[in-house]
Amino acid sequence: MDLTLTQHDIDAEIAAGHAAYEQRVAGGAPVEHHPRRDYAPYRSSVLRHPGQPPVAIDVTKDPELVELASPAFGERDITGVDNDLTRQHAGEPVGERITVSGRLLDRTGRPVRGQLVEIWQANSAGRYAHQREQHDAPLDPNFTGVGRTLSDDDGFYRFTTVQPGPYPWRNHINAWRPAHIHFSVFGSAFTQRLVTQMYFPNDPLFPYDPILQSVTDDAARQRLVATYDHSLSVPEFSLGYHWDIVLDGPDATWIEEGR
Amino acid sequence: MTKIDTSSPEQVLPTPSHTVGPFYGYALPFRGGEDIAPAGHPDTVTVHGYVYDGAGDPLPDALLELWGPDTEGRTPTADGSMRRDPATGGFLGRNGVEFTGFGRIQTDADGHWYARTLRPGARGRSAPYVSVCVFARGLLVHLYTRLYLPGDAAALAADPLLSRVPAVRRDTLVAADEGHGTYRFDIRLQGEGETVFLEFQ
Ligand SMILES: [Fe+3]
Repeated sequence: MDLTLTQHDIDAEIAAGHAAYEQRVAGGAPVEHHPRRDYAPYRSSVLRHPGQPPVAIDVTKDPELVELASPAFGERDITGVDNDLTRQHAGEPVGERITVSGRLLDRTGRPVRGQLVEIWQANSAGRYAHQREQHDAPLDPNFTGVGRTLSDDDGFYRFTTVQPGPYPWRNHINAWRPAHIHFSVFGSAFTQRLVTQMYFPNDPLFPYDPILQSVTDDAARQRLVATYDHSLSVPEFSLGYHWDIVLDGPDATWIEEGR
Repeated sequence: MTKIDTSSPEQVLPTPSHTVGPFYGYALPFRGGEDIAPAGHPDTVTVHGYVYDGAGDPLPDALLELWGPDTEGRTPTADGSMRRDPATGGFLGRNGVEFTGFGRIQTDADGHWYARTLRPGARGRSAPYVSVCVFARGLLVHLYTRLYLPGDAAALAADPLLSRVPAVRRDTLVAADEGHGTYRFDIRLQGEGETVFLEFQ
């Protein structure tokens, strides 16, 4: 941790990043749907981003690329309670139960079927069940915080879990992550691989978090926030959140359609 | 707004990427993630290396995914990479016979990783390679690269990607032969000797 960096310093860097992005777009640069890997307010990025631009591969020139296929996952790779994080131990985890559901889609809006969706998260006190976790909030013996499922024929996934707590981290003094669930998703091509985080609506920590703010485009950042959905709430049991996931990157259909 | 309107395809905008963070280690790695080749297969190769940051320090918390074809260049279609035990809910590992082509490996405390997989066959006009995807704390969007195996100089020279990469950087994509079917492939995220990373369009 940088013991001298304050939230005020980080706020100024975040604001400068937004202003620079808006200036680029006003000057005709394309909308940036993803963070830049070089985003200094998130200090861990400083030594871990390439300095050279990536080499572009036009997949339409070679439909044989192995990256245009994706690893397969099936019923053997999951067990029945994997998508219910409240039933993986003898007792009930502490916290507000939630149902998180949505669709896995590609850039044309088509469902991505039968692919692996993995999640991990802190418990309701904001503590991960991870050895290196240093936050002294209590562990919950009835909550591991890991889930897996396969998307169905319409691209839907569904998890039952508890609302994760926000937690402190050591980016700067008084740094707190807004509550979030980590997602890892496969598409129909390896090029569509996505690891990201889902947030909950109206979290007051959003403006202070350099990880969320690394997505400098306002509309793109909104796509990381789930919507409360009363129709997903389960009577006498859980509150419902809807979150659709759209995978970027070319797949085999780009070639068929000549994109 | 996270109910996506799919009525007009040009409106379907992607979900932004985020870092994998520091705490995926109890969630994503699975038993046998590095043992991709079917047990005892004669065309098994061991690939290994370190992942380094821009200061030259190894990353103890990088996660690699490997995805490659079988020895004939065919794309694997078998599932079962992370086969589960219905009795305990734990990971069983692969079934020892089928080749899924997919592996997931976390670097150890020294920043080192290894995997045993099948020697990939060539596909299309490309020289044989395994696709590699790198995740880490601090990395806001994962990075793709390729691990080419050395040996067939003509195939490597004709490879559509390698032939476009400046000569001084090409070697970052080709593993070093250490003998006995073992190949060294280090990944440098930044700075001198920076690995060539790829963007698919
Ligand atoms: Fe987290």
